[in-house]
Amino acid sequence: MRRIAAGHFDDPHAEVAGEAGPRSTRDRHASFEAPLRGAPQDKDRERLLARALAAVSVVCDPELPVLTIADLGVLRNVALEGGRVVVTITPTYSGCPAMNMIAVEIGLALDRAGIPDAQVRTVLHPAWTTDWMSLDGRRKLREYGIAPPAPGGGRGALFGQDVVACPVCGSENTERLAEFGSTSCKALWRCKSCREPFDYFKCH
Amino acid sequence: MTSLALYALRRADDALILGHRLSEWCGHGPMLEEDMALANIGLDLIGQARSLYQYAAELRADGSDEDSLAYLRDAPAYRNLLLAELPNGDFARTIIRQFFYSAFADPYWRAMTRSADPTLAAIAAKSEKETAYHLRHTAEWVIRLGDGTAESAKRAREAVDDLWPYTGEMFEADAAERGLVESGIAVNPDTLRPIFDRKVAEILAEATLAVPKAGWMQSGGRTGRHSEHLGHLLSEMQFLQRSYPGATW
Repeated sequence: MRRIAAGHFDDPHAEVAGEAGPRSTRDRHASFEAPLRGAPQDKDRERLLARALAAVSVVCDPELPVLTIADLGVLRNVALEGGRVVVTITPTYSGCPAMNMIAVEIGLALDRAGIPDAQVRTVLHPAWTTDWMSLDGRRKLREYGIAPPAPGGGRGALFGQDVVACPVCGSENTERLAEFGSTSCKALWRCKSCREPFDYFKCH
Repeated sequence: MTSLALYALRRADDALILGHRLSEWCGHGPMLEEDMALANIGLDLIGQARSLYQYAAELRADGSDEDSLAYLRDAPAYRNLLLAELPNGDFARTIIRQFFYSAFADPYWRAMTRSADPTLAAIAAKSEKETAYHLRHTAEWVIRLGDGTAESAKRAREAVDDLWPYTGEMFEADAAERGLVESGIAVNPDTLRPIFDRKVAEILAEATLAVPKAGWMQSGGRTGRHSEHLGHLLSEMQFLQRSYPGATW
């Protein structure tokens, strides 16, 4: 019997991902799939879970449409409880209004994949950190024009981050315009070399 | 209601009422960046309130949920700090109010991450990073206003003096909360007092503002005795659900 996330605060996979720091999308998926290798009679469950994982992995953050929820680290687990698919997500910021939309999008994606009765569960623990954002996700953010958070985030980096490279020209000759930006997770910066204003995804 | 449910409800009410107050600035900020900053801080607070209300509703197990707790209770049923419900006044007053609250909430949530209650600890782990950011932002503004023009200094000074009597309530804990402190669930507010005093002294000194003398403190919000301002706030916040019960979109 595979272990499942019991209740809100016992999510073994999330703990593992949290300790591991930045990881590639491939690694992240491996952590979801690892507990699946079981007895042959689990084949159907395995196929259902793989289908669910494939469907939810491509769901994007509505406010950061270049990032999937897996890239962002918001997707914590996809599991089976009884015969039911349970998707576990965690919010970036407490008040992030995208969370409701993400939960709806997950439900729609699973519905399209022929899994209509899935449950989306939101957990707060362990608290999301920008360390969970994949390297691929950081690259996609930069290409989209948003300066990604520096790896090794957390409380210190939230305040110590003084050098932010411009996502347009790469210059580190930049300055902060405002501590709060267009969404909870971003601050507004400006490049003094190419003069472009840009969003910076805050370390958290 | 158990003491734990009441404890969660009180913190939820603080966050919702203060968050709603900040939302009133939306579109009225003195500059675009501050308009966004106040809206974002308000959003964080309302997010914290949602988590706390969900937990309080779960503990009450009386059919209530986050929406009914927010929209269908009248003023005497609210348990928030009086500080949170005071009108915004001018920008200086809003900043000083937010600075006092954040200077308390920052060490409060950090201590709460070690709570024996896993739900409160999880909510705290999210809230503490957000609150630290609010504290830094508002402290910078306290300094800018206090050590700014004669007019900004006057307004900041008046706000500090007027709001100071509302800061004592943050450190109150009744018998039920003392019980939760004993069992390692609630934060002992006595341990936060020196941290708060130090932070306030440091920032007000840099802002060339005097720290008010210790004196008589306002109290009552935790037991539902509110200022007249809360009812007016609720009349706007709850209007839709009161006029169109159960409305959704």
